[in-house]
Amino acid sequence: MPKYSFAEAANAALRRVLDEIPETLLYGEDVGVPGGVHGVSKGLHKTFGDRVFDTPISESAILGSAVGAAMFGRRPIVEIMWSDFFLVALDQVVNQAANVRYVSNGTMTAPLTIRTQQGNSPGAVAQHSQNLEAFFLHTPGLRVCMPSTQQDAYDLLLAAVHCDDPTIVIENRTLYHGAKAEVEINEGVQPIGGLRRRRTGDKATVVSWGAITHKVLEAAKDEDVDVLETVWLNPFPWDEVLDSVRRTRRLAVVHEANRTGGFGAEVITRVAEAGIELTAPPVRLAAPDLRLPAAPVLAAAVIPDTATIAAAIADLATRG
Amino acid sequence: MSTLLDDLHQMWRSRLLEEKIRDLRLAGEIQGSVHLSIGQEAGPVGACSVLGPDDALFATYRGHNWAVARGVPVEGILAELLGRETGVNGGRGGSAYFSDVAHGFHGENSIVGAGAPLAVGAALAGKYDGSNRVALTVFGDGAMNQGAVHESMNFAAALDLPVIFVCENNGWSELTPIDDMVRNPILAERARAYGMLGERIDGNDPAVVRDRVGDAIEAAREGGGPALLELMTQRLVGHYIGDAEQYRRPGELEAAKEKEPIAVAKRKLAAAGVPQNQIDDAEARAREEIDAAAATAQAAPLADPSTVKEHLYA
Ligand SMILES: Cc1ncc(C[n+]2csc(CCOP(=O)(O)OP(=O)(O)O)c2C)c(N)n1
Repeated sequence: MPKYSFAEAANAALRRVLDEIPETLLYGEDVGVPGGVHGVSKGLHKTFGDRVFDTPISESAILGSAVGAAMFGRRPIVEIMWSDFFLVALDQVVNQAANVRYVSNGTMTAPLTIRTQQGNSPGAVAQHSQNLEAFFLHTPGLRVCMPSTQQDAYDLLLAAVHCDDPTIVIENRTLYHGAKAEVEINEGVQPIGGLRRRRTGDKATVVSWGAITHKVLEAAKDEDVDVLETVWLNPFPWDEVLDSVRRTRRLAVVHEANRTGGFGAEVITRVAEAGIELTAPPVRLAAPDLRLPAAPVLAAAVIPDTATIAAAIADLATRG
Repeated sequence: MSTLLDDLHQMWRSRLLEEKIRDLRLAGEIQGSVHLSIGQEAGPVGACSVLGPDDALFATYRGHNWAVARGVPVEGILAELLGRETGVNGGRGGSAYFSDVAHGFHGENSIVGAGAPLAVGAALAGKYDGSNRVALTVFGDGAMNQGAVHESMNFAAALDLPVIFVCENNGWSELTPIDDMVRNPILAERARAYGMLGERIDGNDPAVVRDRVGDAIEAAREGGGPALLELMTQRLVGHYIGDAEQYRRPGELEAAKEKEPIAVAKRKLAAAGVPQNQIDDAEARAREEIDAAAATAQAAPLADPSTVKEHLYA
């Protein structure tokens, strides 16, 4: 099996879809000749020529043209360099892409993939640190996934490009150039949806997604808990999550995005709606509702750290 | 020549501040992305010299030079980048997004083109508050392709608002050359479509910038509406510290070093017979100031995490 970093795994998936699906196009700012500011599209312009190209710094045109091209038979994969930059062009995602299939009564479709990355890294400013998945999950019609391992960087991107819906793949820049790991290059393409059971246990269910999952796994390593990484957020694996909570009767949700209106609230609400009686109040670990300060010491006081998560899980597992 | 000597001193203050920032970033004392504008010092020095105290300046992530030229103390800038309590924003802003309203610096912005609509608003407010304020917003050549910038130019033009749009054309948008991303490389010509003044000028000569921006400001203050000035310049360093700059074209940097404003100013002063010790002194004084400011900033306490929730709401 080849060994890839997270960025290389995403690159391998892009190379494969460009190779296997002639309708794919890959574009965005610095994506073509330079190979992406994070190096994810390195070498692809060389191999695939003008199907991989650079664009002006025009997010509305990048996203909108992808919707339009997808309506006309292409399978565009576009990059929004930082998820924060989506916000200058959200109309094309929320009002346009998400409506194409539904409002046309299924006569038009927009099978595009949008790759982006988010999260905080030391010294990143407030406009380069946000976790915006809840914005997209609040928009019916969009598919959303968030890989955190090298294998999923490959598998989810591949599945996203094969998906016939507008699909957003949210990566995290702190993962791109970390360790290499063996990545299984599956023959087939995995269906969208499902989760990753990263740890099995009886005392609590811990649900998490994105890069913070690595902190959660470290925090839970001595605990008898289920850790479910919900790599697909839409479609969300409700049945599996509810089954786990029914068994453990304790629930924690951990995400890096802000607390209020975060998707963690949705997970807890669904468990409540399902009538599952918990033996302890559910726990929600998230960033407090703040802007992200640039100074690393200040940012560290905002984003949940491993020790905080560990303490919360240990406490939850023994309560009730 | 005394003006050029002053300009040289101001340009050195920027240059040396950014060299200090680079060193602190490479030493790991400053963290995160830092965008320097080494080579682009003439624009800020020329333009800020004709802004009044009530005028509003909106810059980008490549904004250290504009802040210095606007009068923001270098110690406050360094402390901000170092995440100190004494930073201009107490560590909340950082290299790419700090502001200092006390010195008429209404902020950098790390979203490309986002300062333009804010500048329109500052000018709009001036219409009602009797300040006769002019707003100046500066952005790169790549930002000319943002919807927000187009909307702002038309909005300001339609309403005759006193906004000066300054495009620093350094030829690059991160790793991509501007001439591959537009069909007409003369960006100033876009102004005509909005019915406003558009001029491409030498952005390496502080006197030219002072003169042309000064005229545009004067006209705008008298109700003539907005203007777009395209300052031709170059960045001698990467897009951010750590950029491998593999995209550079052969000979580009060598040619840029010939044209860059500090080299040009030194040559001009020497040719005019200004004594070498005076020319050298412009640099020496700036170096002394920056070194002292850095020492003070480094000695200041880190931002206090217990204050992290302050200032979110009124
Ligand atoms: C809306 C938005 N899109 C993309 C980016 C990423 N980005 C940061 S700097 C930059 C290049 C900007 O080039 P230019 O406007 O020429 O300014 P310069 O960096 O040359 O000063 C890009 C694409 C961003 N910060 N904001």
